[in-house]
Amino acid sequence: MDIGNVPTVSQESGTNKKVSRSVVRRIEENFGYVLLLPAIILMGGIAFFPIIRTFWLSLHHLNIKFVDHQKFVGFDNYTKLMKDDRFWGSLKNTFIFTVSSVSLEFILGLGFALVMHKVLFGRSLIRTAILIPWAIPPVISGLMWRYMYNDQFGVVNAFLYKLGLIDEYIDWFDSGLKAMVASIFADVWQTTPFMALLLLAGLQTIPHDIYEAADIDGASSFQKFIRITLPLLKPSILVALLFRTLDAFRVFDLIYILTGGGPADSTEVLSMYAYKTMSAYLDFGYGSTISIIIFITIILISLFYVKVLGTNIRGEG
Amino acid sequence: MYNKFRVVVWNFVIYIIAILFVLFCIFPFYWLVITAFKPPEQISHIPPDWWPNRLYFNNFIEVFRALPFFHFLWNSFIIAGLSTLFCLVIGSLAAYSLARLKIKGKRIILFAILGVAIFPQVSVIGPLFLVFRKFEWLNTYQALIIPYISFNLPLTIWILTSFFAEIPRELEEASKIDGCSSVQTLVKVILPLAVPGMFTAAILVFIAAWNEFLLALVFTIDEGARTVPVGIAMFPGIHHIPWDAISAAAVIVTLPVIALVIIFQKRIIAGLTSGSIKG
Repeated sequence: MDIGNVPTVSQESGTNKKVSRSVVRRIEENFGYVLLLPAIILMGGIAFFPIIRTFWLSLHHLNIKFVDHQKFVGFDNYTKLMKDDRFWGSLKNTFIFTVSSVSLEFILGLGFALVMHKVLFGRSLIRTAILIPWAIPPVISGLMWRYMYNDQFGVVNAFLYKLGLIDEYIDWFDSGLKAMVASIFADVWQTTPFMALLLLAGLQTIPHDIYEAADIDGASSFQKFIRITLPLLKPSILVALLFRTLDAFRVFDLIYILTGGGPADSTEVLSMYAYKTMSAYLDFGYGSTISIIIFITIILISLFYVKVLGTNIRGEG
Repeated sequence: MYNKFRVVVWNFVIYIIAILFVLFCIFPFYWLVITAFKPPEQISHIPPDWWPNRLYFNNFIEVFRALPFFHFLWNSFIIAGLSTLFCLVIGSLAAYSLARLKIKGKRIILFAILGVAIFPQVSVIGPLFLVFRKFEWLNTYQALIIPYISFNLPLTIWILTSFFAEIPRELEEASKIDGCSSVQTLVKVILPLAVPGMFTAAILVFIAAWNEFLLALVFTIDEGARTVPVGIAMFPGIHHIPWDAISAAAVIVTLPVIALVIIFQKRIIAGLTSGSIKG
């Protein structure tokens, strides 16, 4: 199965040289499809066809260390996966990471969106500042936090010590729990701004007169928040949560750099396990199996948001 | 009287929270910058110093000495730049088609675009690696540019579709009456009006491609097409991690994106939120 052939020029079948009048007319008629063709070919060639091949590979033994000997083994890799403690561990880590960081980001992001909505002075300064974590390459933030978490000269320890929250400097990466907390906090730092911006955009679409009407009826701030803000913000909240959940579930760069999955695989997430299986052990069959599980879980999460929670993702052009 | 007092206190609290949040956001970046300028004796000082005692530029020189850093920067720049360019061209054609033309199966196409937007890239690195290896594309620009275009198309198409949808149809009809073909109408009338949208999409795609790590890590085995994020992640350090040089390298790679953020913050926010907020 050949999936990488991505043409750079879209061609009409056969008649390149003589562009006859009928071809011009046909192009006009199918203009819409002609315009879409390059995008469809690229997305098909890089995402949809390869995922089918990933599934196909997951039914094989394929280790590229020696000669590429591909042998069909049916669902053997999946059976092996069900008994693989490292897989279950990484699945658990991914879920812990996703749920904790997305909930924290949501609470912080909502709080800050509400604050930004009220702030009148220095808005553009605030926006610039909060875009910085979003814009910094995750690799760099991973390195940056690793330096800041350092057990001897890290500023996180110095800061907590100064505040009197800790009695002695902590080695953040000597236990699974601490390493996970450190990873989650770094992710919260990096992605809360994105959450806050999406929620702020949602807040700004709520018409002001609804609040005025509530004021006349004598509603308290809390009542207004529960009865007006939250229900009207629900679509934005769900979209922000959906995209953040999917992103957190696919996390790779930040944790790969920050902890490398350690100590003892306690922060290894699924995408890292899939990457290592293919890149370090060169086991493409088993790596593909993990990849397929990631893919299926992503679909399930999306379906959960769309079908169960009723998330409305922009559907029409 | 009581109410007025409450408003003042409330405002005060809001501004304090805003300031704390801003500090939380910029502090790590501040720390990165001062570390890059710290002299060697301050790098592992305990407790850490909150600013450099003297400005020390050797860290930056060390980056270029220890790594082919110019080469990495050049690779990153070409790869992100070309990805952005192609993404815009291909994305604007698709977006125009979706926003304006009558096509059957539009729902399926929109669904596919959404599918790519949520697609876990780690799920296709295996097959793509095997194919790129067969084509001898590993360590080449196209091995990164083509996936970057594909994975950034959904965002580009979203942003541009909403821009095209806002352009009045009368303009197109007028140009058709004047005898322009569909292609001419698109190139001469519609595209110039969508320039702000293209610009927004361009910034977001460029930043995404500039920052990308996983695919760059997998598809660049040697330094030929290695981008800066991978180059920094593989910074040579055998016994201890050279934090000073790494910070300097990190500052250099972060500067372009920070500059984009400072100059174009409004556009970036508009682009980030356009995909998620209806209407």
